[in-house]
Formats: sequence, structure tokens, C-alpha cells
Amino acid sequence: MSTTYVMDHPEQGRIEYTDKKRYLWMSSLTMPLFPLLGIALYFAFDSQWMLVIPLLFNYLIVPFLDYAFGSDENNPPEAIVPQLEQDTYYRLLTWLTVPMHFVVLIAIAWFVGTQSLTLWSVIALALTAGSYSGLGINTAHELGHKKPELERLLAKIVLAVPAYGHFCIEHNRGHHRDVATPEDPASSRMGESIYAFVLREIPGAAKRGWAVEKERLSRLGKSEWSIHNDILQSYAISAVLQGGLIFAFGWIMIPFLAIHNFFAWFQLTSANYIEHYGLLRQKEASGRYERCQPHHSWNANYIFSNILLFHLERHSDHHANPTRRYQSLRNFDDIPQLPNGYYGMYILAYIPWLWYKVMDKRVLELPHINGDLSKVNIDPAKRDEIYAKFGGGEHAALAG
Amino acid sequence: MAKYRCPGCDYTYDEAQGDTHEGYPPGTAFDALPEEFTCPDCAVRYKEDFELQEV
Repeated sequence: MSTTYVMDHPEQGRIEYTDKKRYLWMSSLTMPLFPLLGIALYFAFDSQWMLVIPLLFNYLIVPFLDYAFGSDENNPPEAIVPQLEQDTYYRLLTWLTVPMHFVVLIAIAWFVGTQSLTLWSVIALALTAGSYSGLGINTAHELGHKKPELERLLAKIVLAVPAYGHFCIEHNRGHHRDVATPEDPASSRMGESIYAFVLREIPGAAKRGWAVEKERLSRLGKSEWSIHNDILQSYAISAVLQGGLIFAFGWIMIPFLAIHNFFAWFQLTSANYIEHYGLLRQKEASGRYERCQPHHSWNANYIFSNILLFHLERHSDHHANPTRRYQSLRNFDDIPQLPNGYYGMYILAYIPWLWYKVMDKRVLELPHINGDLSKVNIDPAKRDEIYAKFGGGEHAALAG
Repeated sequence: MAKYRCPGCDYTYDEAQGDTHEGYPPGTAFDALPEEFTCPDCAVRYKEDFELQEV
């Protein structure tokens, strides 16, 4: 199987590109081993402490490996992108991860339902399962943006695992339209902690997703309470899956699944929180917002977490070209960059004062903002505080 | 019947076919689409961004 793409460009001459990450993307198929690793070690060492290892991997080892392996120098030339898009190898990997999300949730639920465990172990397992189902939302994100019917169907199916069936509709038609504006419940504002954001994001996204689907169905002359509703179709699969787990493994599944679902959603909340923090599109004379520009997303070009997340961290290119496949997303030099990969930034976000300390300065130092607070998406509740802190100082001088 | 193409993602609105999933039956003129119409595939191009393909 050749991994070098060649193109004879009319102006630029012969262009060759070898995708050095081609086979690294296969690691998405090994991801289910991590949530199951804790269980394997539990049996091997007969200790419930082993059950926290997958969580430590996410939040300590992944940020360290981002730091250790550093940034990703691979960038496909634009002219090669159409060939990369057509290579079915890449899309096969995303398809194959879909059934694994069902297997992992069922396997962990079986373990919880059949072993005698402490409360803390059940919580650790629910969080572990939730973080893997959070990756499922990421896969749904990749699939749900694509044009082929099959991929949109797979997105709907994998979203059923964490019971988040409204995501693709809300994300594609809501978030992408409203991104980096005060109207978007999935874009965080400067001064807004992740704990305030989650209370705005989760209900706001559900409401917007439902509204978008209701509008589509009303054009079709159909009720939103019908089988034609894409959101309800996904929820129905969730009801069968999670209802079946409760039936099979008893009452313990109710708190287990509640924590699992919430933690999966919270993975998405965390990504949304860091992807557009403080960034703001300007309104044009027509009253429309300017088109989403590369400087309206935060990026992280670390190779390790990008492999885990199907290039989600090359976020500016994703917003410029939402239907583009993961293997073709590109990094650019002059776009907002985060100081670590997404998992490392999540940890930072969970400690709000530290997040503000690192990020507020970065927001204001972006070339298109240059200290001008009127170009920042600010939490209205924190407006006075932020103006008092940054409005009259060095940054205001920069803006002037 | 004309076709209009999204310059961002190449989605094509063909008036003859409409877009039945979106609730625009075959024969719906591009002009008859709501003003707030955005590309059904990428959602980042507005109605006025669409380019006329053929007449």
C-alpha cells in the first residue's frame, strides 16, 4: 500500500507528499484497551487501585507525552488534499471505532454489575467509561461532518452510547454557524469558568439542537415527535442500550450510567471550553457576523493528543473547512496556539484561577486583538472586573 | 432550473432536485429558500455566498 501521493500541478510542478502519520492513525483501534486495562490489572493484581490507571493515563501521561513528543511537522500540501480525502483507508478507521464504544461500555457495565466493588471503584469505572465515550463523541464529530449518508448514520449510532444524540445537529448547524459569538452556548467567554460554562453549554446545546431539527421537520410537514426526528432516533438506541444494561445488571447501573453519561458530555464541554475561549467575530455593516476566520479558534499542534483526537486540535482548519476529513487538516503558523494539547489544557481549565492566569494574557496578545477588549468575547458578569484588570494597563496602551 | 454551489465545501443545491432531507421539495427555486439559509453540509456559507452553476 503506497503512502506517497503525487500530483503534477499546472503551476507548482510535481508535488509529492508522504503521510508519515498514516499508520499512527491505527492507534484509534487500540484505544479501547486503555479503559479495559484497569480491569485487566485489577484481575492480575487483585487490587481496586488498578482501576484508576486509565484516568491517570488521560490526565497525567497524555499531557506529558504531548510535551515530550512535541509538535507535529506533517502538513499535507493543499493540492494533495483531494487525494487524501479519497483514500478510504482513513475513513475505515473511524467506522471501526463505532462498535468498540458499545463493547467497552457493555464490558465495563458487566464488570461493575458482577464484581463486589467499593463505591470509589464504581465511580472510577464510570469516569473511565465516560472518558472513552467522550472519545466516541469526538468520533461522531468526525463522522457527522461528512457528506456520505453512511457516516452520518454511524455518527447517530455512536452518539447513542453516551446518550447525546442531538450533538451532530446542534454542532454542525448551530455551533459552526454561531461560533465565537456571544450567542453561541458552545463558545466560552473570557472570565467564564468551565463550571459556569457547563451550565450554559449543556442545556443551550440541547435546546438549539432540538430547535434546528424541529425547524427542518416543520418544513417537511412532520411533527418533531415522530420517527423522522434524527435526535429521537439516536435517543431510542440509547434507551435500548442503557435500559438493557439496567435490566441485565441491576440498580447499580443507574448511578453508573448517570456518571458515565455526564462525564462523556463533560469531555465535550471541556473541548468546547478551550477551543474558542474569549475569541469574538466582529459584526459587519450588514448585521451578519464576519465569517469564521482562522484566528477564531484555539489550536494545539501536538502530535500525541492529535492522534488520539483525529486532529480535532487543528481546529482553525476544521472551522474553515468543516467537511474536510481528519487526515487532511492542516496546521498554520500564525493562528492562536494553546501551550499544551487538549488533555493538558483540560486540567488547566478545571483550575479556573490558573486557567485565567495562563489564557487571559494569551487572548489579549493575539495580533488581531492586541489588547483591545472590545474584540474579546467577555462574560457580561465579569465585564467590569476584566476592564478594571486589563482596560487601563499595558494592553490598553498597546491598543492605543 | 439552475444549480447553486457552496464555494466552501462544493455542496450543490439543484433546483430540480431540491433538498428533500432539508425539507425543500424538488422544484424549489433557490430564491425561494429562506434568507437565513446556510449551506446544509458545512453551515459556514450563507445564501448570498452561493455561486450560480448553470442556467
